[in-house]
Amino acid sequence: MTTPTAVQPLMASVRGEVLRLRRWPALWVMLGVFLLLNLTFGYLFPYLSYRSGGGTFGSEGIPVETLLADVMPAAVPDAVIQGMPMFGGALMLTLGALAAGSGYGWGTWKTVFTQGPGRLTAVGGTLVALAGAVVALVVAAFVVDLGVASLLATVEGQAIAWPAVGDVGRALGGGVLILGMWTLAGVAVGTLARGPALAVGLGLVWVLVVENLLRGVATLLDWLQPVADVFPGTAVGSIAGAVGATPASGSDGTPGVVTTLAGGTAVAVTLAYMAAFVLVTGLLVRRRDVI
Amino acid sequence: MTVQQPPSGRAAVRNPAYRSAAPGVTTGTPVGVQSRAMSTLPDTVAPPAVATAVSTQRLTKRYGEHLAVDAVSLTVRRGEVYGFLGPNGAGKTTTMRMLLGLVRPTSGTATVLGRRPGAPAASRRTGALVEGPGFYPYLSGRDNLRVLARYRGLGDGEVERALGRVDLAARGRDRFRSYSLGMKQRLGVAAALLGEPELLILDEPTNGLDPAGVSDMRRLVADLAAAGQTVLLSSHQLSEVQEVCDRVGVISRGRLVTEAAVSELRGGGHLLVRADPVDVAVAVGRRLGGADAVSVVDRAVQLRFDPGRAAEVTRALVAAGADVHEIRPFERSLEEVFFEMTAPEEAPR
Repeated sequence: MTTPTAVQPLMASVRGEVLRLRRWPALWVMLGVFLLLNLTFGYLFPYLSYRSGGGTFGSEGIPVETLLADVMPAAVPDAVIQGMPMFGGALMLTLGALAAGSGYGWGTWKTVFTQGPGRLTAVGGTLVALAGAVVALVVAAFVVDLGVASLLATVEGQAIAWPAVGDVGRALGGGVLILGMWTLAGVAVGTLARGPALAVGLGLVWVLVVENLLRGVATLLDWLQPVADVFPGTAVGSIAGAVGATPASGSDGTPGVVTTLAGGTAVAVTLAYMAAFVLVTGLLVRRRDVI
Repeated sequence: MTVQQPPSGRAAVRNPAYRSAAPGVTTGTPVGVQSRAMSTLPDTVAPPAVATAVSTQRLTKRYGEHLAVDAVSLTVRRGEVYGFLGPNGAGKTTTMRMLLGLVRPTSGTATVLGRRPGAPAASRRTGALVEGPGFYPYLSGRDNLRVLARYRGLGDGEVERALGRVDLAARGRDRFRSYSLGMKQRLGVAAALLGEPELLILDEPTNGLDPAGVSDMRRLVADLAAAGQTVLLSSHQLSEVQEVCDRVGVISRGRLVTEAAVSELRGGGHLLVRADPVDVAVAVGRRLGGADAVSVVDRAVQLRFDPGRAAEVTRALVAAGADVHEIRPFERSLEEVFFEMTAPEEAPR
């Protein structure tokens, strides 16, 4: 046992967390479901619509050329990011809440907090490990989408046009921000609730129901509008909109994608939420008794 | 106390201490076995570190109106096995949680290995099992320990060693979820053993173990002590504490009722007399040793005398016309002491 510096305990915690998350079926289920939904809504349904000549799957009135263009390699940045504000957020919030909340029921936080690294260091290890999972998921989604799009382009006899490097960078960065923020939100509510069930339940109600309802109400109430404009869902939806996904208000728009905030503002608000969620988690972990 | 024994010396001294403290065996007084041995050691072996592994000063935890732990001041010396005794809900687990930094005391202070409880420098050198093992249910026993070994910066070899010590190596591949209660408990102890920590804090380590498991655990604790590790274990199984611990702290309704060597607590030699009529025997006992020295339990007269006075007592009983059926040296079991101390109306305040 060597005398640790400040970094060694964090690295030790990261290694511990990576091992336990890597062997956790729930993690792979979440990541797998994300990829599956991403392919289904980004490629399967649009392509089927295109093959049937448009007019199905809610794509009435969309030119078939647009449907085809959406599943080509050049459109991969949009395809990767469009589902993230909605189902991506819900899945990652669930993952974060499970990763942080389950340990209270299992008693594993109690065990981990007595191993040597301090509480904040141990939870820092969880955050770093989850960040790794988020980055890996975004990259995996991009690679899978690019592969499928190239395949479809080949099948349809289209010339393969690769997406611009800048678009790819923005999509990957935006994706990491969107999924990262929801993951941190999950960690924060999972820690707050000291268990996954309540955290996941309430978190999903917020992501899928409350925010949308409030956004609807805000169009009627002037004073609510500025608040609704900086909801977490609005912020990450605006990132997706800024990257290029079609907003929900458009003709073939994606639910969750908005253009309420400009790209830079959306990123700033999202980063502020991320910092706030980390802060809340840290304060709760540090101050509360672990039973 | 500023002197610490080398492990080999301690092992040699400790084992007779167990035997002498075993129930029904009276081989003279084992009081101060450790201190006697310590006094023979030269001062040069004293390490610069403190000789106290754990100390608390008026440690208190209040949950609303309920005082879970009430001004507990205890001291665990380095290298000893300290038994923390008390009925369920007495405050044992809460105290241990405070020692591990999991629970913040309402007032009072504690020092663990010279540090504040929960400080990384203390946690790294402490192994703990508190209130049932907390493991990832989906991981195998081995992987659970590997996760903890990563946290501690230890290699996987340490994991195999710990699994072997609790006899779980063969079941290490199975998921924790599928373990029996006893196996879960043993894995919890294995986790506490990772990295050979200086201090082990074990809360009810024999919980859920079968008799063979209890006996194995007792041997394990004895081995740990022999290797120089300090063990603080809580229990309500008195026989276990009696056989394995050097000193005990008895806690009842949040208060530390007493802290003493096991032998001291049991009060050393007594005489047990069965004679008819009982009142004659009681009268003789009072005449020889005073009213305080005599008590009657289950028609047997207990005399708080030196067992060496057996012949004198017998002569006096016969002279008084009593029929003596039995007279023998007798030590109170820890259980009797325990019930006496934790009985609501008798608990000294």
